[in-house]
Amino acid sequence: MNNLDKIIEKAASNERINSSEALTLLNEAELLTLAELANKKRQHLNPEPVVTFVVDRNINYTNICISGCLFCAFYCPPGHADAYVISKKELKEKIEETLSLGGTQILIQGGLNPSLSLDYYIDLLKFIKDNFPVHIHGFSPPEIAFIAEKSSLSLKDTINKLIDAGLGSIPGGGAEILVDEIREKTSPNKCSVDQWLEVMKTAHNCGLRTTATMMFGHMEKPEHIIEHLMKIRNLQDNTGGFTAFIPWTFQPDNTRIKVEKATSVEYLRVLAVSRLFLDNIQNIQASWVTQGDKIAQVALVFGANDLGSTMIEENVVAAAGVKFRLPKEEMIRLIQDAGYAAAQRDCFYNIIVAVHGLKLEIGK
Amino acid sequence: MKYTYLDKSLNEINDKVVSGERLGFEDGIALYKSNDLIGVGYLADYVRRKLHGKKAFYVYNQHLNFTNICLNRCLFCAFSRDDGEKDAFALSIDDVRSRLMERINEPVRELHVVGGLNSSLSFDYYIELLNTIKEVRPDSTIKAFTAVEIDHIAKVGGLSIEETIAELKKAGLEMIPGGGAEVMSDRVRKKLFPRKIDSNRWLEIMEALHSAGLTSNATMLYGHIETLNERVDHLIKLRELQDKTGGFTAFIPLAFHSQNTRLSHLPSTTAFDDLKNIALARLMLDNFSHIKAYWVMIGERLAQVGLSFGADDLDGTIIEEKITHMAGAKSAKGLTRAQMEHLISSAGFTPVERDSFYGKIG
Repeated sequence: MNNLDKIIEKAASNERINSSEALTLLNEAELLTLAELANKKRQHLNPEPVVTFVVDRNINYTNICISGCLFCAFYCPPGHADAYVISKKELKEKIEETLSLGGTQILIQGGLNPSLSLDYYIDLLKFIKDNFPVHIHGFSPPEIAFIAEKSSLSLKDTINKLIDAGLGSIPGGGAEILVDEIREKTSPNKCSVDQWLEVMKTAHNCGLRTTATMMFGHMEKPEHIIEHLMKIRNLQDNTGGFTAFIPWTFQPDNTRIKVEKATSVEYLRVLAVSRLFLDNIQNIQASWVTQGDKIAQVALVFGANDLGSTMIEENVVAAAGVKFRLPKEEMIRLIQDAGYAAAQRDCFYNIIVAVHGLKLEIGK
Repeated sequence: MKYTYLDKSLNEINDKVVSGERLGFEDGIALYKSNDLIGVGYLADYVRRKLHGKKAFYVYNQHLNFTNICLNRCLFCAFSRDDGEKDAFALSIDDVRSRLMERINEPVRELHVVGGLNSSLSFDYYIELLNTIKEVRPDSTIKAFTAVEIDHIAKVGGLSIEETIAELKKAGLEMIPGGGAEVMSDRVRKKLFPRKIDSNRWLEIMEALHSAGLTSNATMLYGHIETLNERVDHLIKLRELQDKTGGFTAFIPLAFHSQNTRLSHLPSTTAFDDLKNIALARLMLDNFSHIKAYWVMIGERLAQVGLSFGADDLDGTIIEEKITHMAGAKSAKGLTRAQMEHLISSAGFTPVERDSFYGKIG
């Protein structure tokens, strides 16, 4: 038996695979072999034939950002003609619309805006919580690290203040590739790997759940993808605070990184290896925002058990030239067509609405 | 094969596929109904690898739609117009010449030429069309006129099918595209394309073309009102004719696009259905050499995945695809050679640029 076959056998028997084994799978295994292994792992971790999704919108409270990452088509430097900070009126309207569409949460993220203080964030959270029964999934680690530094507070104190004001969970953005050598090239002003992990560890220890993401297909090599997965898995062994992992592909249009866009087969391979390697993270999300509805449906047999959000609004990926749409009804149709039951979930992956017409019983 | 089927009904089909036994109607239905997408893919990939290994083909081609005026006005079509209607067009021979000249510096190997059934075009127009293409592009293959058009051209010329084919061949016709078969079902025809030739006539014309030494492709338009039984019947009819003539080169599953058609209430085909249609074709059509993942219809992204589900050909670079884009296709209108090769190689296959008859270029 050759090395690859041995690794395939090991993965198929549900044993934890190490970095070098994961790299061999990513580089050498056949596409359908990866699908088979990832699907098996999915069935082991999530045996119910259910695919979940969440109804929410992305609200970007500001596009002013001093980070200036090369891969970003969304940000504006301070003073730019298109720079903005959201008004309360606009924020209110967006949340009202979300709730009227059956939404349960908002994802609130923005740039590293030097004119906003901790008080701004606390006021923002309190305003939302005082007016709406909505879960707030907000502020990725670079934002949290930025707020803490600006306020000369520890990460722990910062996060606790945000929790007190109404923050419900943290999105896993800003991770890109968790390898400093790559970050120095693509996002030299953004938080380091250690800082990103420290924010997540602190949040988990404060009782806040978070997701983790990975944006690939720019300057990294396959070994960097595996290194990223390893850092996430190690932290999860330690804290158990990650609810889900979401890999997606870099969209190069309107950015300063000129590369050939990662293809869908490359995406599906990384997705499958993520499912296999991250044996301690319950949920893997497919990225229809970057891949479109067809590949998102195929992703359901490559390890994904969640289609993410219906995204009533999305601005960041759209700014990089990619704008897919996936209304809730269409999402449900795709899930059922693939042989799964569809269910709307909350931020913690609890099923809140099982869709009618299910062929399968949901055992929750 | 090492795959453990999640759908146990695929085990029996696996045994047949491995031993080279022909699949029957019931096998086709079981494959379509299966939710074990990876299992269905494995079976198709097994056959695909035996035939083509890691090779994946594409052609550098150009589409030429010479008229959109059509007597048939099928319900699923967003391209056709009535004579005199706004947007209706018919290219003059001079127009055709200038369309070809616009891209004369490109290494186009194949011209894909199709149009509507336009009663104001004479028999001589078709002959002149072919002559002109041959004159401007002597080294490219002319793949032109679906069986539906051949039937129409014969009527216009007052000639038998055999005579018509002989004349067209003399003028430069070398190959026939597979369109116009839609789904070979009288029920579907009555509802969606009542004025178009029926399946017997389509098959008859294909047989006559093959007998005259011309090769052709075959297609199936799926994702509208057809049943699984009708799909499998369609594939079996093609397989039977192929047993007889051996004249089909490739099969192309065509995903229906409803936008701007009179069936616009129908949803798009799903990726599961698209991949199953590719895989089913590979498994049922054991006497066809090539199965295409037609990126215009299913998108570049899914077509690339289709290479692992039985397809060995991504069709052409095209530029200026019209018919599917008028029905709302979101794919690009053309791909460069570099994009095509990147799609293929990043999926783990070896790109082979081919001519119309699957000869390697270069």
